[in-house]
Amino acid sequence: MMKILVVDDEPDVRTLFEQRFRREIRSGALAFSFAYSGEEALGYLHEHHSEVVLILSDINMPGMSGLELLRRVRTEPAPPPPPRVMMITAYGDDASRTQALALGADDFLTKPVDFAALKEKLLALPSA
Amino acid sequence: MEDDGLLLGTPVAILVLWMLRRFLSTPTRLPDLDRRLARLWIPAAVVWVGHLLFGKMLHLDGDLVDDVFILLVIAQLLQVVWRLRDYPPARTIGLALLPYAATLLLAMVWRQVAATSFKEYNDGIDMVGTFVFFWLVGLFSVARSQKKRLAVEAQRRAEEEQAQQRIVARNTELEQLVLARTAALRQQTEELQQALEELQTTQNQLIQAEKMASLGELTAGIAHEIQNPLNFVNNFAEVSTELAQELAEERSRSVRNLPLETELLGDLKQNMLKITQHGQRAASIVRGMLEHSRASTGERQPTDLNALCDEYLRLAYHGLRAKNKSFNATLKTDLATDLAAIAAVPQDVGRVLLNLFTNAFYAVHRRQQQGESGYVPTVSVRTKDLGNEVEVCVQDNGTGIPVAVQQKIFQPFFTTKPAGEGTGLGLSLAHDIVTKGHGGTLEVSSQPGQGATFTLRLPR
Repeated sequence: MMKILVVDDEPDVRTLFEQRFRREIRSGALAFSFAYSGEEALGYLHEHHSEVVLILSDINMPGMSGLELLRRVRTEPAPPPPPRVMMITAYGDDASRTQALALGADDFLTKPVDFAALKEKLLALPSA
Repeated sequence: MEDDGLLLGTPVAILVLWMLRRFLSTPTRLPDLDRRLARLWIPAAVVWVGHLLFGKMLHLDGDLVDDVFILLVIAQLLQVVWRLRDYPPARTIGLALLPYAATLLLAMVWRQVAATSFKEYNDGIDMVGTFVFFWLVGLFSVARSQKKRLAVEAQRRAEEEQAQQRIVARNTELEQLVLARTAALRQQTEELQQALEELQTTQNQLIQAEKMASLGELTAGIAHEIQNPLNFVNNFAEVSTELAQELAEERSRSVRNLPLETELLGDLKQNMLKITQHGQRAASIVRGMLEHSRASTGERQPTDLNALCDEYLRLAYHGLRAKNKSFNATLKTDLATDLAAIAAVPQDVGRVLLNLFTNAFYAVHRRQQQGESGYVPTVSVRTKDLGNEVEVCVQDNGTGIPVAVQQKIFQPFFTTKPAGEGTGLGLSLAHDIVTKGHGGTLEVSSQPGQGATFTLRLPR
């Protein structure tokens, strides 16, 4: 079971993911948890060490931005293995992509999310 | 008066005649008469030589000839004097000559007519003659000083006239200068007038540009804002198609899984609701954008200030992020729950809020760029109901405003941004909207280096 943390300030993202991945959730291949801000995400990560293998984070959020969260996740000491981080964002320009990858993101997706492609990517990852 | 061959009077008379001719300037004043006078020396010479040669032979009375000739000359002179009677020296000469001529004539006639009694009164006659002679000489010198005085006066008058002419010429010159100067000034005034009109036009254009710029800033924010609900509409529609597909498959099974079908139907219903919600969200954003771009009618409408603050805060935020990817800030809202609608022009108040928020974000971004460690850029908005007034506080922990500048920030065209980055009209327009358009107040307080707070109060 791959534990995935989705970070986005829009509450409906939860409903969307839960419906889009209902089969995978039902089958137990994927398990999703949701945080609605960078701070909330960090709190969750601290509480559930090493459980989360993948973080899907929006970049534009009030308060701590997704990139700031990425930086913290990459620099703060955490028990291995470090989670993968994929950024999802409406701003899909090269500068943002370069910046995200430079900060240590594993992937960079643009909104609107192509869920079919995302599903393929997730299922292709080696499970923890 | 001795009877010898020499006539004394005649040459003397000619001499005096020539002297008086020069004295009275007869060649210039009486040219025709003067020609005759000039030739008198000829008969004089004839008479003189004739008497010298033939006087004794002809038993001529020398004195008589002399006197006659002298009287002739005097007669000519009196004629000259009469012609020049308007010239005072000439009158004096006449006055000098008349007694002498009268005495001479009298003596001459008496001697011819009554020679005996003439001899008797010879001494008296001599005395009179002497007196008359001195009278002549005296008046001659009077005439001379008269002429000098007249000459001096004429000189003075000539100089005065010259001075007068110089003044007139100078006046004309000055008048020319004044005319030229007036023409130049008039042209300058026209040019200045033109320049002023151009400046006013440019000012109006700049104000227009400022309004357009604020609208342009919104566009990026609005585009981003619409993107989100649209994504949800699409996503939920897509996933609903999948759910419907799955439901159809379940219904076609031989063994039905009713709980699952119920769940699927429930999800479908929920999705439709979400589609409607997000669709309406997008629609209201578009409506808001249209209202902002529409020229404000200036009519006040009941306005929900809380909603306005929230909307424009997010719009400003996204607008700036669209321009600058590295930009980030914490947004805090403290909106009074009991805040009733207030009569205001929504587009105008929105523009004011947009400007305040944009300035706040700019300030915290500047401070963030300074690289303080642990600095969290924060912009907060707070609304409060004060009863007869509503208060909106926009606070930031940015670079702050120096005290010297705080007086000036509401002035038109005043900006601390680098050239090209701001018209300097935002706060001035905002101030006008608040004070003149709504009768409210807009104040600033700031701790330089720490942050700034803009307090907006609107009366109900």
